[in-house]
Amino acid sequence: MRKTALKLATAAGLFAGLTGVAIAQSKNVTIGVSIPAATHGWTGGVVYHAQEAAKQLEKTYPGLKVIVKTSPDGASQANALDDLSAQKIDALVVLPFNSDELTNPVKEVKKRGTFITVVDRGLKDATIQDIYVAGNNPEFGRVAGKYFVDTLKQGNVVVFRGIPTVIDEERVSNFEKALEGSGVKVIDKQYANWNRDDAFRVMQDFLSKHPKIDAVWASDDDMALGVMEAIRQGKREDIKFVLGGAGMKDIVKRVMDGDKMIPANVSYPPGMIATAMNVTAAQFFTNAPMRGTYVLNALLITKDNAKNYYYPDSPF
Amino acid sequence: MTDTAFRTGATERRFSLDLRALSPFIALVVLIIAGSLVNPDFLTISNLTNVATRSAFIAIIAVGATFVIASGGLDLSVGSMAALVAGVMILTLNKVGGADSATLVAGMAAAIGLSVACGLANGLIVTFGRIEPFIVTLGTMGIFRSLVVWLAAGGTITMRNADLRELYRPIYFGDIFGIPIPIIVFLVVAGIGALILYKTSFGRHVVALGSNEEVARYSGVPIWRVRTLVYVIQGVCVGIAVLVYVPRLGSATPTTGLLWELQAITAVVVGGTALKGGIGRIGGTVIGAIILELVANIMVLSNFVSEFLVGAVQGAIIIVAMLLQRSLHRGR
Repeated sequence: MRKTALKLATAAGLFAGLTGVAIAQSKNVTIGVSIPAATHGWTGGVVYHAQEAAKQLEKTYPGLKVIVKTSPDGASQANALDDLSAQKIDALVVLPFNSDELTNPVKEVKKRGTFITVVDRGLKDATIQDIYVAGNNPEFGRVAGKYFVDTLKQGNVVVFRGIPTVIDEERVSNFEKALEGSGVKVIDKQYANWNRDDAFRVMQDFLSKHPKIDAVWASDDDMALGVMEAIRQGKREDIKFVLGGAGMKDIVKRVMDGDKMIPANVSYPPGMIATAMNVTAAQFFTNAPMRGTYVLNALLITKDNAKNYYYPDSPF
Repeated sequence: MTDTAFRTGATERRFSLDLRALSPFIALVVLIIAGSLVNPDFLTISNLTNVATRSAFIAIIAVGATFVIASGGLDLSVGSMAALVAGVMILTLNKVGGADSATLVAGMAAAIGLSVACGLANGLIVTFGRIEPFIVTLGTMGIFRSLVVWLAAGGTITMRNADLRELYRPIYFGDIFGIPIPIIVFLVVAGIGALILYKTSFGRHVVALGSNEEVARYSGVPIWRVRTLVYVIQGVCVGIAVLVYVPRLGSATPTTGLLWELQAITAVVVGGTALKGGIGRIGGTVIGAIILELVANIMVLSNFVSEFLVGAVQGAIIIVAMLLQRSLHRGR
């Protein structure tokens, strides 16, 4: 039904001999967005940015309808994909829970001729996607490592790892690669599960174990907050700064205000879902070529540029 | 003749019972010795008080879990409950606003009130719904967790008033005569718990219910009331733990209290309480909670365990500690 309507609209547009922009205005397009539910800070940010982008895109392109669905785990996300394709979507923007579980369900949606945009976590079969938008985890580690080399020059650093995953491994190994040949040395690293309480606990133990620590790579803003509290309690003056990551608003605010312990941050924006939605909508409403892979840079946030990364209304 | 034989039997039994209650302490001493061999910094006062203070949340929750497990029940919802109660408490503090003790009292009242309500809900559903506690609390575990995620909109619930935060902070970081306040709190909670479990008829009813429900029923134990009340006690303990937890980081996130239920149950079992019910040991539970935190601490302080293997070594130490305890009282 919708397809016919679309064809008719296009035909009518061609008949009238209008320009591409005018054709776009008469189009009806539905984009389904499937993302994880807000189970931790970063995915909370994803949900926020997806909803904001949906509102803004529907305003920009009349005739565009955006349906945002959140799912608490991989299996329910597969079900959500079924529900979405039952609603006859023209395009799907999906941030999969994990690559293995969701490759086939997304492939099924693709078979119906739906345009597919994959975000952040790649599928097993790269031929499914028309557009791929991702953050840059190796870069995330490299930028952080370079910051330590540039500002610290030499000294002892402790490293906090997240949850044992590919993301974590890429970040940490590239961080260590960036330190190679410099005077900055990693004296200890532990998993703290991207969790404040665990980071607090591990940092207390690091403080008992190491009499001199020059800086901390917390690698995540939640962990950075736990680390800061442990340092404050231990009354240690030797630690010059803590570097987190991902651009949580409380941390970005402190960077903006010039907090000495948090002089910088590395971005890994949950807003990448909005990037993906914008590119996908542009595929339907502009004549510019859009298919391809988009890798968002992990950028160093400092006092000078922090205001560009500060979203006071976001939950993250 | 018979008289003497009887008497020796009785003393022997008492001796072996004491030893069984003592074995968690022995495991603790062995761990402390092991820790000091791994790293000389382990035995510093600051490290040991850090560990004891950190174990306070799990210890307090585990005192409640001792009641539930001794009565033959199980509560899997405590971790999620702690997160929800912490979230609601912080939201209340933010709402009331002012940086004075009246605000704190309002927040604390909200926390304890909600935790009692959560415990009561668990207890009533288990008792009157006649559903396995494993299923009931698995359900409420999901409910409480989603509620806190919903309240936080997936982000973080943080205490907004910095002055209030400073006022409240000493409850975790402060001390009385050099003893950190969380340690005092958990000692008091454990003391009251022991008093209730060992010295009141309610306590004996809990154990009777856990060892044999039918016999307890025919002996006139008010089974429904006792069963509901143990979950309420568990709720109160979660509430008290939250009162000590919130001043530490001043925030609750969707990952707050994750897996605390397993840690609490482990502490209870390591402490000598039988998972099938009928025996409850408060002192052992407290030691169990400290042992868990100590093992994690030794892992971080050691230089020879790769960060990838920490979980495996931790698990092995707990199993070995349990085997040691078991062989101790089998040997007698």
